[in-house]
Amino acid sequence: MTKYLPLILKNSLRNRKRTGLTVASIGVSFCLLAFLLAMYRVLFYGGQQTPAQALRLFTHNRVSLAQPMPASYEAKIASVPGVQAVTSWQWFGGVYKDARDPKNFFMRMAAEPAKVFTIFSEMQIPEAQKQAFEHDRTGCIAAKALADRLGWKLGQRITIVGDIFPVTLELTLVGEFDTPNHDEMLIFNHDYLRESLPPNIRDIVSAFLVEADTPHDVPLVAKAIDTMFANSPAETKTETERAFQLSFVSFLGNLKLFLMAICGAVTFTILLVSGNTLSMAVRERVREIGILKTLGFTPGTILGIILGEAGVVAVAGGAIGCALAAVMCGMLRNAEVGMQFLKLLRLTPAIGALTLAVAIITGLVSALPPASRAARTAILASLRYTG
Amino acid sequence: MAIPITYNLRNLTVRKATTLMTAFGIGLTVAVLVADFALVNGLRQAFQSTGDPLHVLVLRKGGTAELSSAMSRSVYRDMITNPGIARNSAGEPMASLEMVTVISLASIDSPSGMSISVRGLGPIGIELRHVRIVEGRWFRPGHREVVVGRSVAKRYPQARLGNQIHFGKGMWKVVGVMDAGQSAFNSEIWGDLNQITADYNRQDAASSVLLRATDAAAVPALINSLNDDRRLNVTAVREQTYYDNQTSAGAPLQILGIFVSIIMAVGSCFAAMNTMFAAVSRRAAEIGTLRVLGFSRFSILTSFFFESLLLAGAGGLIGCLLALPLNGMTTGVGSFATFSEIAFNFRVTPSVMLPGLLFALLLGAVGGLLPARSAARQEILVALREG
Repeated sequence: MTKYLPLILKNSLRNRKRTGLTVASIGVSFCLLAFLLAMYRVLFYGGQQTPAQALRLFTHNRVSLAQPMPASYEAKIASVPGVQAVTSWQWFGGVYKDARDPKNFFMRMAAEPAKVFTIFSEMQIPEAQKQAFEHDRTGCIAAKALADRLGWKLGQRITIVGDIFPVTLELTLVGEFDTPNHDEMLIFNHDYLRESLPPNIRDIVSAFLVEADTPHDVPLVAKAIDTMFANSPAETKTETERAFQLSFVSFLGNLKLFLMAICGAVTFTILLVSGNTLSMAVRERVREIGILKTLGFTPGTILGIILGEAGVVAVAGGAIGCALAAVMCGMLRNAEVGMQFLKLLRLTPAIGALTLAVAIITGLVSALPPASRAARTAILASLRYTG
Repeated sequence: MAIPITYNLRNLTVRKATTLMTAFGIGLTVAVLVADFALVNGLRQAFQSTGDPLHVLVLRKGGTAELSSAMSRSVYRDMITNPGIARNSAGEPMASLEMVTVISLASIDSPSGMSISVRGLGPIGIELRHVRIVEGRWFRPGHREVVVGRSVAKRYPQARLGNQIHFGKGMWKVVGVMDAGQSAFNSEIWGDLNQITADYNRQDAASSVLLRATDAAAVPALINSLNDDRRLNVTAVREQTYYDNQTSAGAPLQILGIFVSIIMAVGSCFAAMNTMFAAVSRRAAEIGTLRVLGFSRFSILTSFFFESLLLAGAGGLIGCLLALPLNGMTTGVGSFATFSEIAFNFRVTPSVMLPGLLFALLLGAVGGLLPARSAARQEILVALREG
């Protein structure tokens, strides 16, 4: 078949306007397909799970995230076999500068400095900065990407006005960390928050982060914690960090089904566009195909040549689509919208390969009806054809 | 003089396959857009019909959500003496102290559990809402009984009539299913206020108070007098305003849908252009003939442009038809204001189909302009010779 490649290429370039428009049309569609697949991957497979993340568990009130738990749970969780470390993990909403600017949105978490670096073992931060965070009550550390984005330097004063909590935090940046999974996070000392609160809400916590000893312990620890607090006023739900992130996705609605439905619609559109183009091309060449047949081309070869043309167009569209999708992912990754999952948006080689495979399959399937019709038409009928 | 429309119609029907394929491609694009609008439309409808124009919702000072609000019984008792509050036939003030919390139940869509709102309220609270029992009966005060909204009964197998669900300190029997029209109450579970507050140790910390004003004119005065009363220390808002603000829960899906349809539109635009260019080149001789007969270049331009609009309009109709089966289908989306899931129906109404049709026409206009111009520009002799 390869010896017909020049002919296939020539054929596909014969009507440049049509081929160009077709490639553009399906290129845009493949771009969307690849982009949606990348979204799907980030939302439901959350990028990749690092070994450190696999050991991390998240304990919150079974009823909902908005419901707190007694701070005394921490000591009880620490005593569970298989638990290496545990820290309170308090969400602090609040406002940094102007809340209307999405750039100013990032996670602000209160935790215990002594435990943070054990639990986030993948966190890269200079030893001196670790020490500073553990000793400075009003100190805070931030993800390097976040600090860069907002132009923070070490020693920066950061003021966060509380909304749920009636407190204004006056923090000092004492460290910047690097970690693969949390680009949009600032961590400050829970003791500082606790001291600033009125006594009636001082000893409640919205969540705990737990580090298990080994991956084998993870499910056992989760079960042990939840059993311990079963039938208490504040029952808990303990899940891996990853499972917890996925539960947030389900909040956006039945996204899995929506994404799949849209992918289906897009693929079907590609099928229509590519099929339409091929049948227009074949219709124009009926006589020519008749001549090829008189010259001794077998129906099989003719079928192959037309399918090959469809394949070339589809692969070109698929490749352009992948390139566009990669650019789009890059743009969203760098967009300052403060959505953690967008930072992980990437067009992986697997998604690229999948998109190209879909391109080839849709190209061939859409070309099959016109190609087989052309291959089957009798020589005399095609030579007589006036289209 | 204009070329008759029948000429365009006949041309579109002669190449049935091409016309259908192109129109279908445009149709799928329009269907995605219409489905997206129908989703947001349904969500808005659900929230809008939840609020009553005469109702005022009272939360703790600065509170933005019932879930995070707290309201003591003494404040409630002080509040209901306000003369702006309507009275029922028995002479009682139309005021309902309510407690809202969230529980986790396994649903059909997410077996790991979705959050749904539980509301504790008394007989006046029920009287204030436009709900009716469709199966079973209302819960009796002082019993561990609950009534579930229609969509809860449908989506959560555990919460069907006659079943028991577990929350708070034990089991609750589902004794009835209520129909709340299109409103968000269909996604709630209702039970006796005293029973539910006792289970959560919140006898003196309910969530909110719902009031009915004597008449529409009294609403602003009632709100002002409550907000200004320093002794009460509460925030009062119109119930409608409160629920309107929650429509933003659908924003991520809405943005995704619009984004996808715009990209798909670019692809369909190229496809429409392709089809129209093919039509122009196929009819070169016809165009020449028309010119010889005395039709102006402008007539040719408008005729082809109009044909493109017809093609896209047909696509728009197909799109609306494709989206129509969604009408009335139930889906759910999580609201960060209530930390729970709201179920609602897609609503494919003329108000969402019209933008879809206009969108299709816009596509046809953009895709048809260049081919129509190239048709109008052809020289008579060249055109005649080419055919």
